[in-house]
Amino acid sequence: MASSVEDVLAKAEQDEAEKLKSITVVKGLDLEFDIGNLLAHDKNQVDVREFRGQKKEEFLRALARDNTQLLVNEIWKLPTERVDEAIVVKLPTPSTRLPREKPAPKPRPPTKWEEFAKLKGIQKKKNRGNLVWDEVAKEWKRRFGYKRVKDNTKEWLIEVPVTADPMEDQFQKRNVAKKERVAKNELNRLRNIARSQKIKVPGVGLTPTSEPSKTDLVRACDVAKVSTASHGKFQDRLPKEKPQRNMGKKRKFQPLIGDFSSERQKQLDILKVIDGKRPRIDVNKAVNKQMREDDREEAAARFKGKGKRGRSDSKGGRGGRGGKGRGGKPGGEAEHI
Amino acid sequence: MSQLDSVTKPKSQRSKRFLEGRSAKLVENVKNAMIMKGGNTSDTVTQALKDLYALKKPCAVLYKKKNITRPFEDSTSLEFFSKKTDCSLFLFGSHNKKRPNNLIFGRLFDSHVLDMIELGIEKYSGLKDFKNSKCPEGTKPMLVLAGEAFDTDNDLRRLKSLFIDFFRGPTVPAVRLAGLEHVLHITALDDKIYLRSYRSLLKKSGCRTPRIELEEIGPSFDFVVRRVHLASDDLYKTAHRQPKSLKPKKKKNISHDAMGTKFGRLHMQKQDLTKLQTRKMKGLRKRRGPPLAAAEETEPKAAKTDA
Repeated sequence: MASSVEDVLAKAEQDEAEKLKSITVVKGLDLEFDIGNLLAHDKNQVDVREFRGQKKEEFLRALARDNTQLLVNEIWKLPTERVDEAIVVKLPTPSTRLPREKPAPKPRPPTKWEEFAKLKGIQKKKNRGNLVWDEVAKEWKRRFGYKRVKDNTKEWLIEVPVTADPMEDQFQKRNVAKKERVAKNELNRLRNIARSQKIKVPGVGLTPTSEPSKTDLVRACDVAKVSTASHGKFQDRLPKEKPQRNMGKKRKFQPLIGDFSSERQKQLDILKVIDGKRPRIDVNKAVNKQMREDDREEAAARFKGKGKRGRSDSKGGRGGRGGKGRGGKPGGEAEHI
Repeated sequence: MSQLDSVTKPKSQRSKRFLEGRSAKLVENVKNAMIMKGGNTSDTVTQALKDLYALKKPCAVLYKKKNITRPFEDSTSLEFFSKKTDCSLFLFGSHNKKRPNNLIFGRLFDSHVLDMIELGIEKYSGLKDFKNSKCPEGTKPMLVLAGEAFDTDNDLRRLKSLFIDFFRGPTVPAVRLAGLEHVLHITALDDKIYLRSYRSLLKKSGCRTPRIELEEIGPSFDFVVRRVHLASDDLYKTAHRQPKSLKPKKKKNISHDAMGTKFGRLHMQKQDLTKLQTRKMKGLRKRRGPPLAAAEETEPKAAKTDA
């Protein structure tokens, strides 16, 4: 009785082993898996002798079968789900690190307005929604843009202000004003982009104004003066004209009180330069200078060889002097270092 | 170009969407491959390119005309094409006396060549040479690499990464088990690289996991490595840089040791020992106060109304 139970158990065990046999593969080293990519890497050394002795294709196929079986075993261990009559296995995130296609996007730097708003604590209105009820048209309309609510350029009747010129076209005035605002906004957008990419852009110069003030006129005069091919270098001044103000570089000073560490660092740097007595050398500049000097000398020598005594002499002389004076310096400095 | 892109506003929603699709993203698009041929190609190379295109199909562009460039000498035209079709992988085929049956696998980062590896085809049999049923288009292949050279040799290590990048297809959260049909097996052996493509047949094994049988469907290649252009370590590192928001968040107070055992650190408040229950005695039991008495009073009233 007891023996029969043991037999049954042994038989069951054997069956189980046989079943597993068809899907087990024995390898010296375990494979490396990246199931997220359905990837396996077999690092076992392949026996070259066996490979050469056997038929190549057969060998490769056997190797592929074993490796695939191991990969499939690994995939089948993952939890499954049923989606639309199909059994789906959830994959983990890929673990193999691969290079990106493009560098990661950088956050957009704040515009000038955003900076200002932050400084002043101005906050955006939250979720106002795009559509607004128009009382007149009894209709939902956009807050901004095409077919917007309260579009003052689309009004059919405008009251002429008492102060305004009665002959002036008020409709056109509004249209022009709107166009100018749009243009200004576009300009600011471009300037924000330029600022974010650290490109120097010229100032706006003069914007058209309806009634220019004195300062505007002075500025217009200054701009006109500078707007020549030589940046106004040869422009005469009128007899009683004052020199231009606020047109050049503005001097900027460090704050008197505040960042002590940077001030200290600056002073220390100066001291270091004074104390070191070692001439500071810009290697690139020195090398370039030397090379240019060599070229010049070579050219001078060639010129001399051609003939034309008087000129070549003078040139050669100049070149030679320059060569000694300039060429010697970097070399000497290099020796110091 | 990127500078201009940000300045010129897209004029229509459609073009805006198009530009957004191409712009840099946190989670990137699938890498597309452009497959092109050089000034001269042999029949082998042309067929090979077509077959590899068939493997890559939804994420690849096959260039039909010749492009007379030499990627190893001047990669500007490749970079131009990559910008044009938004591809960051390329496969370039050419054939000449010095380097017959040549394939160049490469990838680009930020539309500049990151690395490219030239492989010569020694032996090739295409998809057509195997007369059997193939895998459907766009099947995500199971990639299997074999050979220790992929781990020891510097060039081959890069080639491994390149092959994975090239053939892995889109990253998916889930996969249908019956759809795991295609196996790409790449073996590095004897200074050669054998690329074989099989269809896997899932056979009954008696347990849950099926037994695998393979049937070769082509294309199959025997490659030799020729010229290699690898990115400098610096650039390679930059290309691998992950944005901060994608990095997994570090969990506090949890650590693992070498054996993989999980350790947690707990921060306990100081225990109030005055409230510690020591021994249960009738005399120490808390007395129930007046609220209970009040409850008792209300109950009979309710009963009265009911009655």
